[in-house]
Amino acid sequence: MDATPVMNSPKPVISAGPVASSSAPHRRRALAPLEPVSTRARWLLGLGFFVLFVVVWSFFTLGGFVSPTFLASPITMVKEGVLLFTQYNFIHDIGMTVWRVFGGFVLATVIAVPLGIAMGTWKSVEAFFEPFVSFCRYLPASAFIPLLILWAGIGEAQKLLVIFIGAVFQITLMVAVTVGSARRDLVEAAYTLGANSRGIVMRVLIPGAAPGIAETLRLVLGWAWTYVIVAELIGSSSGIGHMITDSQALLNTGQIIFGIIVIGVIGLISDFAFKALNRRLFAWSTL
Amino acid sequence: MNQLSVRGVSRTFTGTRGQTTQALLPIDFEVRENDFVTILGPSGCGKSTLLRIVAGLDYPTEGRVLLDGQTIEGPGADRGVVFQSYTLFPWLTIAQNIRFGLRERGMSEAEQKERSDFFIAKVGLRGFENHFPKQLSGGMQQRTAIARALANDPKILLLDEPFGALDNQTRVLMQELLLGIWESARKTVLFVTHDIDEAIFMANRVAVFSARPGRIKTEIPVDFPHPRHYTIKTSPEFMEIKARLTEEIRAESMAAAEL
Repeated sequence: MDATPVMNSPKPVISAGPVASSSAPHRRRALAPLEPVSTRARWLLGLGFFVLFVVVWSFFTLGGFVSPTFLASPITMVKEGVLLFTQYNFIHDIGMTVWRVFGGFVLATVIAVPLGIAMGTWKSVEAFFEPFVSFCRYLPASAFIPLLILWAGIGEAQKLLVIFIGAVFQITLMVAVTVGSARRDLVEAAYTLGANSRGIVMRVLIPGAAPGIAETLRLVLGWAWTYVIVAELIGSSSGIGHMITDSQALLNTGQIIFGIIVIGVIGLISDFAFKALNRRLFAWSTL
Repeated sequence: MNQLSVRGVSRTFTGTRGQTTQALLPIDFEVRENDFVTILGPSGCGKSTLLRIVAGLDYPTEGRVLLDGQTIEGPGADRGVVFQSYTLFPWLTIAQNIRFGLRERGMSEAEQKERSDFFIAKVGLRGFENHFPKQLSGGMQQRTAIARALANDPKILLLDEPFGALDNQTRVLMQELLLGIWESARKTVLFVTHDIDEAIFMANRVAVFSARPGRIKTEIPVDFPHPRHYTIKTSPEFMEIKARLTEEIRAESMAAAEL
């Protein structure tokens, strides 16, 4: 019998990158379509654009082509950033924003994931909720802010609700689609092994959809970051968004840009963490 | 004693615009307990539809199927199925896949382990218990699928071209493996295939299907003694049956091709 398994563990692939490129330097066709690029080159190229971006930015601001009132130079930005942390307790703003994002996001997840699973599993549940949820999905979360201020005031509840509204419908629909597109042959196999409806849901549909659901959550968490800033721009006394509005009043573009960059960095970190977690939890799906 | 009785089973599919396709003409068919029967037919003849009806995954338009005198109403653990496509649960290891039905039944962990160990050894997969299906070759995945179906101790094993996607060498070895299991365990087996050699080598009886709409055209007994050795495939008796079946199938394939 065929005793050798087809192993595709990710390990050798990673180490093969630089080795392959150094052993055959004369055969590199860097611009050929779909040609893979080594890990090192990938990092250098990715970093390269950031460097280029800062260089162009520095050129226009430090070279005096743009008025510092409208656009701060990278150096001013860094200085303002340090000031934010040392003088203005910016870490508190960051903490508030992060908690709002995760609070609203977790709230949305707790409701949307079970609802999405139910919609994906039972077509009657889907028929009941789907039209309404699809409709709500297109309602802009930021347009609810004035209403939410009326209802919930300008406290934390309002911020969480903005994130919640922005995320809950998206997650629901995407989870429903993921669960609903489960492999029919696996469902049939489970039936022939004696599974009942409960077994199909708990042991086939949910585990099969889990990587897709996790990926959905990762995507929506990214969107939640944009909602939170909008929520904080209006009627807020803390948070990164609030700092940005304050800085606008003072024409401090350095602080605004620093705030935006901080949001980007936190977003990137949470995205990496989420990705790493998904890879760990669902190792089978990347085999 | 007849364990499986297919009585007047026909199947008509209705399309989205109301047009109907008759997949199966009324079929009467019996399988004795511990028998190994293959259903041989050209592709698209409805043989898989019949197997799916027996499995309870599809319903007959008319007629009914009885297993030990009980009418089949839906899928159940008393009929183990091995599909042509790879249907192992990709998130479960090989051992967990084999224990799927046992766990569903609420069997104790120790007993689950004992049974899965037994069947893993039986299909020659010792050492791969903790691998995921995607880490195994197609042949190994189908061996796992067979072990998973057998671990449930079904009354009948239904196989729908289980080796159809495998290369020829692997396929031949898989046939010997399955036949070996049958020879030692004597389960009732209904095996669907379009491969003539495969149909003869394992079976005690070959039921030949006509082109669509499917019906059983003829049934040919295969009387080679068990245990069978692969060398019987070159024996004159085997060749004789093969020649006869080749003629039968050829006529049906041509009929199917003209559709």
